Amino acid sequence: MNKLLNNSLWLLIAILGASAVGGIALNRGENINALWFITAALCVYTIGYRFYAAWIAATVLRVDNTRATPAERLDNGRDFVPTNKWIVFGHHFAAIAGPGPLVGPTLAAQFGYLPGTLWILFGAVLGGCVQDMVMLFLSTRRNAKSLGQIARDELGPLGGTAALIGTFAIMIILIAVLGLVVVNAMKHSPWATFTVSATIPIAMIVGLYMRYFRPGQVLEASALGVILLLLAVAGGRFIDEHETLRGLFNHEGLTLAWWVMAYGLAAAILPVWLLLAPRDYLSTYMKLGTITLLAVAIIMLQPNVKMPAITPFIDGTGPIFGGKLFPFVFITIACGAISGFHALISSGTTPKLLSNERDIRMIGYGGMLLESFVAVMAMVAATVLDPGVFFAINSSAGVVGANAVDAVAKISAWGYPVSVEQMQNLARQMGEATLFARTGGAPSLAVGMASIFGSAFGEGMLALWYHFAIMFEAIFILTTLDAGTRVGRFMLQDMLGNIWPAMGRTSWMPSVILTSALVVSGWGYFLYIGVIDPNGGVNILWPLFGIANQMLAAIALCVATGILIKSGKFKFAWVTGLPLLWLITVTSTAAWQKIASTDIRIGFFAAADDLADKLATGVLPAEKAAIAPQLIFNLQLDAGLTMSFVCLLWLIVFDMLRVCMRYLAGKTVLPLSESPHSSSRLVEEWVRD
Amino acid sequence: MLKKVKAFWKAVRRLSGDDAYEQYLKHYARHHQAAGESPDWHPPLSKAEFFKRWQDEKWSGVKRCC
Repeated sequence: MNKLLNNSLWLLIAILGASAVGGIALNRGENINALWFITAALCVYTIGYRFYAAWIAATVLRVDNTRATPAERLDNGRDFVPTNKWIVFGHHFAAIAGPGPLVGPTLAAQFGYLPGTLWILFGAVLGGCVQDMVMLFLSTRRNAKSLGQIARDELGPLGGTAALIGTFAIMIILIAVLGLVVVNAMKHSPWATFTVSATIPIAMIVGLYMRYFRPGQVLEASALGVILLLLAVAGGRFIDEHETLRGLFNHEGLTLAWWVMAYGLAAAILPVWLLLAPRDYLSTYMKLGTITLLAVAIIMLQPNVKMPAITPFIDGTGPIFGGKLFPFVFITIACGAISGFHALISSGTTPKLLSNERDIRMIGYGGMLLESFVAVMAMVAATVLDPGVFFAINSSAGVVGANAVDAVAKISAWGYPVSVEQMQNLARQMGEATLFARTGGAPSLAVGMASIFGSAFGEGMLALWYHFAIMFEAIFILTTLDAGTRVGRFMLQDMLGNIWPAMGRTSWMPSVILTSALVVSGWGYFLYIGVIDPNGGVNILWPLFGIANQMLAAIALCVATGILIKSGKFKFAWVTGLPLLWLITVTSTAAWQKIASTDIRIGFFAAADDLADKLATGVLPAEKAAIAPQLIFNLQLDAGLTMSFVCLLWLIVFDMLRVCMRYLAGKTVLPLSESPHSSSRLVEEWVRD
Repeated sequence: MLKKVKAFWKAVRRLSGDDAYEQYLKHYARHHQAAGESPDWHPPLSKAEFFKRWQDEKWSGVKRCC
């Protein structure tokens, strides 16, 4: 009887899920309620978790709950600590979920709500969650080693080096594009600039408090920080309305970009406890709090999605970024569907806390499901806006024209009516001077979130909600920026240390300053070009980031597939092999188009040649002609980078295939580096208290 | 109800690292209390010292993602 009840419950979830997915896929009417998105997501996730993830854990990976984890065996009370699974889940989720799943879906909404949503749901369930879970398992079985180390041990030096270079490259591009998102959100917005700048001294106060005033009192210090942050959001209005103070925080994009670079350098050199760690606390609370609030607001308010299911821009003519639906929707939405970066957290970081292998499904697979859900909410927040408004905010001046009248005429002509008054009204409500051409995704997400929060919790505070949302995005973008710069610095010091040992000493100041400056100039260059690019820069940088991130995912899946085959699980190799095949197809196609396409909005070389022609014939206005040589060089550099990413990817794919062929042919391969079985002696009660 | 609130508060403290020192002392009591038995025996770290090391260790390596 019980079994029957159980089966009918799952049947019900399956039917509900299928009708919700079918509903959002087949709807061609005016509006569709956002609740359908939430329902579809929850049903797809539940089924994926209950059946697919459980099957992978039990049959493919064969997790063994009697086996002692590295956290138990190497317990040192500090970084290796067996921890309650919910706590590990919290740490893992806080580490994997950054600004990526918010920005990607917002940009991909130019294709309509459907393609992005389907990719977020099915990409996560079949790809991203599997990658995270399998990497978590493999690292747990290998003393919590990192992806690079596992690649080196299992495939050989080539795999290890590829993972290292991939990680470094993705870090540089990621920081540049995130820096650009923040700069675009602060450009000529004294309120936003003030709020974002205020997060720096606030983080320092929190850092000093928990280091010296009350050592270790993390929650007290954080509560103080959160209160100060909220005051800074409210205080921004005062700055905005004050004649002279306003000028102090009203800046061009380029000025702000230099400040962001200076900040990145300072954050990489200053001790972690002063800036990085306290900022991370604040951003984690803000992140978890705001995401919960957004979920509650969407469920309470049940807003209507106004964006059509599919827009004509699937043909590649989209204003936000050029390129057809395939492959670019799969590149634009990396985080939220499948993200290679997670492999770095799943290996090395999270396994040090895992107390039992049986929790791998919940933490690896479940953590990614939650991130995917965040991406669905970002999609909802972007698509509840009037499509005309959405395109007006996200289309750069280079595409629709710098003049508001031209811009609305052009956007309305696409079939998404919007008027200058409507945009002005909206800007006034949000406490901004203008919302035209605020590319990067953050402002449109903030408008979407503000209108959802505003309708759910009170219309009167739209401007406050808007700047709260900007602060919320900026604070963890800056956290990724300084944490990333620091990681980049360590990697660089490690590499240089092979040549000149003194450079490898992480506390030697000359080395610290030099390597930090090198990393900052790496991403600073792309940020600089992004800011001066009249097309907004995001259209170039985001696809580059997507390609890099998917490449890292492909590297992780290569390692996983290789290990599955080497462990004699050839018949299950498709579990990671199919997502890998898909990523290779998507990344290679996208890279090929970015290099070879003759469409100047897609192909790097085509754009560079077009610009060079225009420069030579003198049709460019003076201010564009001045920056044209830099833009041309940058386009060629981007093409070179894309090419090296795709070469790296194929290199590791062939390396993996080589290892697998040798294994299947019965020749010798590197032995599995799995640590031997030792029985867990953890007493259930105290770990799981 | 009160029990649930307490459990929630406990989870918040654990997640934020607010109780990291208490956890460390528990770990210490379990593993290192035998004073004098081993040559590298050391008394437990002070709260401030523990917190310094804990924070520095927490921030080496990739800790945040996109």
